[in-house]
Amino acid sequence: MALQAIAFYLMAAVTLISAVAVVSSKNPVHSVLFLIAAFFSAAGLFVLLGAEFLAMLLVVVYVGAVAVLFLFVVMMLDVDFAALRQGFARYMPLGGLIAGGLAAEMVFVSTTVATRGAARLNDTPMASGAGSAPDVTNAEAIGRVLYTNYVYFFQAAGLVLLVAMIGAIVLTLRHKPGVRRQVIMDQVLRSPKTGMRMVSPKSGEGIDA
Amino acid sequence: MTIGLAHYLAVAAILFTIGVFGIFVNRKNIIVILMSVELILLAVNINLVAFSVYLGNVVGQIFAMFVLTVAAAEAAVGLAILVTFFRNRGDIAVDDASMMKG
Repeated sequence: MALQAIAFYLMAAVTLISAVAVVSSKNPVHSVLFLIAAFFSAAGLFVLLGAEFLAMLLVVVYVGAVAVLFLFVVMMLDVDFAALRQGFARYMPLGGLIAGGLAAEMVFVSTTVATRGAARLNDTPMASGAGSAPDVTNAEAIGRVLYTNYVYFFQAAGLVLLVAMIGAIVLTLRHKPGVRRQVIMDQVLRSPKTGMRMVSPKSGEGIDA
Repeated sequence: MTIGLAHYLAVAAILFTIGVFGIFVNRKNIIVILMSVELILLAVNINLVAFSVYLGNVVGQIFAMFVLTVAAAEAAVGLAILVTFFRNRGDIAVDDASMMKG
């Protein structure tokens, strides 16, 4: 139990310190790297909770895809980031005050919910498969519910990803003038009449170009 | 001492507030704003998974998966809009992006 507490406090501290570094570091590349650290230690918290499948999903989707996307964009755009930081010191005191108040309220409310709400009877985590056999793994428990009761939501999630992919391609695609491209229409509409001709070359002369 | 539900909820609450604070103080830098939104969604995910585990109901983790999906889609479309905006304007200062209205 003590080991679990040490692991929890370590990963929670790394998550929160990295999150503060994300919003306060001067260099946006550092921000992205701290974002990766925050997601990584949040995945550790998920493992500690017993949600291994979601932890691996977080590492693959966020660290592998989203963070690398951010890194690409930050490095691709040639932006004067120092100019974008003006106003940071101006909004810092009031923003910090409001954020501090907000954090105090939310921690108070969520602690109250945890100690007096519906979850108060369960001091220890229950088996993650609701009412299923205790030897079911986390991924299997998720799959049993996701592919039966929530199959339409699963399909809708796929549709969301498809729309996002098409949207991102449409927004960033551009045709440079002067670049030779394949015109599939022309290729399909070729007929033997226009595509070839009959010649009878004389010997020693060949065909003209 | 044992780690209970309250600990995870406290971490999620603080993470959420850090994300909101990031939007407050980085009003001009839209890349950091997008990253702050990702932090907020991560806090939501921690809440969902913690409640899912402590109430013994796996549906919370499925909702966390959908939140993850939407967050990935949002990041992709947001960054694509950002790249297009940068190509047209030459910088990404969002406080004069009001030229796009109407």
